Amino acid sequence: MSALELRDVHKSFGSTKIIQGVSLSIAPGERHAIIGPNGAGKSTLFNLVSGRFPLTQGSIHLNGEDITGLRPFEINRKGLSRSFQVTNIFHHLTVFENLRCAVLWAHGYKYSFWHRLAKLGGVNRRAEEVLQKIGLRSRAGVPAGTLSYAEQRALEIGVTIAGGATVILLDEPTAGMSRTETAHAVELIRQVSQDKTLVMVEHDMGVVFDLADRISVLVYGEVIATGTPAEIRGNAAVQEAYLGTSLAQAAHA
Amino acid sequence: MGKTIWIVTALVMLAAPWAFPGGFALTLLTQMGTLIIFALSYNMLLGQGGMLSFGHAVYSGLGAYITVHALNAIGKSWGWVTPLPLLPLVGGFAGLAFGVIFGYVTTKKAGTTFAMISLGIGELVYACVLMFPGFFGGEAGISTNRTVGQPLFGITFGPSIQVYYLVAAWCFACMVAMYALTQTPLGRMANAVRDNPERAEFVGYDTQKVRFLQLVLSAFFAGISGALSCINFEIVSAENVSAIRSGGVLLAAFIGGIPFFFGPVIGAIVFIFFVAALSGFTKAWLLYLGLFFCIMVLYAPGGIASLFLMQIGLARAGRLRRMALPYALAAAAALVALAGLIGLVESVYRLSDVTSDPQMVLFGLELNAKDPAVWIGSGLLLACGLLAIRFASRTVVARWDAVQQELKGASA
Repeated sequence: MSALELRDVHKSFGSTKIIQGVSLSIAPGERHAIIGPNGAGKSTLFNLVSGRFPLTQGSIHLNGEDITGLRPFEINRKGLSRSFQVTNIFHHLTVFENLRCAVLWAHGYKYSFWHRLAKLGGVNRRAEEVLQKIGLRSRAGVPAGTLSYAEQRALEIGVTIAGGATVILLDEPTAGMSRTETAHAVELIRQVSQDKTLVMVEHDMGVVFDLADRISVLVYGEVIATGTPAEIRGNAAVQEAYLGTSLAQAAHA
Repeated sequence: MGKTIWIVTALVMLAAPWAFPGGFALTLLTQMGTLIIFALSYNMLLGQGGMLSFGHAVYSGLGAYITVHALNAIGKSWGWVTPLPLLPLVGGFAGLAFGVIFGYVTTKKAGTTFAMISLGIGELVYACVLMFPGFFGGEAGISTNRTVGQPLFGITFGPSIQVYYLVAAWCFACMVAMYALTQTPLGRMANAVRDNPERAEFVGYDTQKVRFLQLVLSAFFAGISGALSCINFEIVSAENVSAIRSGGVLLAAFIGGIPFFFGPVIGAIVFIFFVAALSGFTKAWLLYLGLFFCIMVLYAPGGIASLFLMQIGLARAGRLRRMALPYALAAAAALVALAGLIGLVESVYRLSDVTSDPQMVLFGLELNAKDPAVWIGSGLLLACGLLAIRFASRTVVARWDAVQQELKGASA
């Protein structure tokens, strides 16, 4: 059974067709990258899977269960979590509180107004653990809005994985980062995606070929190829449509 | 640290009637207690949940109406000890029930939509109150008598000191309860929904439900404050649910400081000072309150509490002294401008109202509003004061920045 399966997914905004019949099957534990030129519909695809936009046609299945048309929080409760291309955190809350908010539902505290946060041992331990993992220990008490860009990106990933989702969607996790920051981020992603299914949109080919088990190439709302990094590298259609020189560079790098 | 603040608060509330003796002070203190609960409950929406409500008086007002009917029913048929001290619970649950009904509609959307619908519901309820005089008593309202029934241990709740302590006890309990709520999963998620509703959905929360529950709890405390004002004034009228009340609590919470839990407490105290104390001295009190509100919105959006906390930060670092001189300058400049402003405003009020005497006593001086010297003098004072404020505020900012730099250098 696939961890995440898209069946003939379509999305139109008005008369503009953004996604035109995407079918994908991602196995449990797989690290899958979606690449493609700007405007190919990668982020839209993420928004469809995570319930941010409704589908025009087709269906999406999470661990064999149909999640088409569910709302974001319902999909999240079923074990799918996502990050955002533009950092999307709780700006006035501290770094620690950001992580704690991401853990609460998964630990079953729901809308409780009769538990004291300070006494929720499991929640606090988990938030501490993620804090350690994303390397923001020393920044725990700082309002998230005052973090540096790279730190906010790390927190973004932390908030995404803190709830313990089994399927994780990362939308351009290294966008706008320097080379050292990117290296850090790749290490972090490798660590937090252990024993999880990871789907990510990424422009940095170095990151993609480094991390991904399989790659799908999205062009004009259609998947023109899916395969292992080696297969994608050798695929003539992909080279023609999109990669060209940047692939050659990545291969030599 | 946390516990000390609560103990100090309790002691202050216990001692207040002795520190400020006299009937008038007691009236003020009692009103402050009620408004503190109301303003804190309002801040559960605005400060903590990011919901700007223009109709919060609906919950306190309807809670008060249900309480007044409960009290009158007790008066008619109750032969036993009056459960007056527990009556605020009736108001609270009434507020909660209306919170469930109206909140279901208002919390469907956040932001501007929420604000507009809350305004609409406020007007709707106000209109209904006037339309059904059988239950609401029309313009005149419904009066009651809090001393009905048998007293317990000789406490009749007739004397206002007894009412004060009843309000103070409820006020303290509500403060503790509302603070505790900020430390729960729902309280924290209300902050999260305020900051970023979209992300809250992607960590598993239905933002509508978070807003709804937060509003229902807030309406409960609003209802308690409504019941206490019913017990205090022994009358409930359409004014209790009016937009004026809803606007008043917004002002109080904002002036005090909505980013901080204790902000609205300060705001409520200052607001009552304006409404009840200042209105005894001048007809222009509402103008002064409005001006004060505007200045806070423009220059201190974090309210009085934020100004206060900034000084505490400096005091801890032992640098408050360095600010003494600039602050003294600014205060002096502000006083000069204020004197000029008061002179002008009071003169205008005297002249615009033909029934009032143009002769007035300001700052111990016998002045006549028709005397051009008064106008010129006041105008000059105001102009000089404003100029001085410009200069002084630059000094304050420059010194503040210098001190902050020093602190940064010291910590690095």
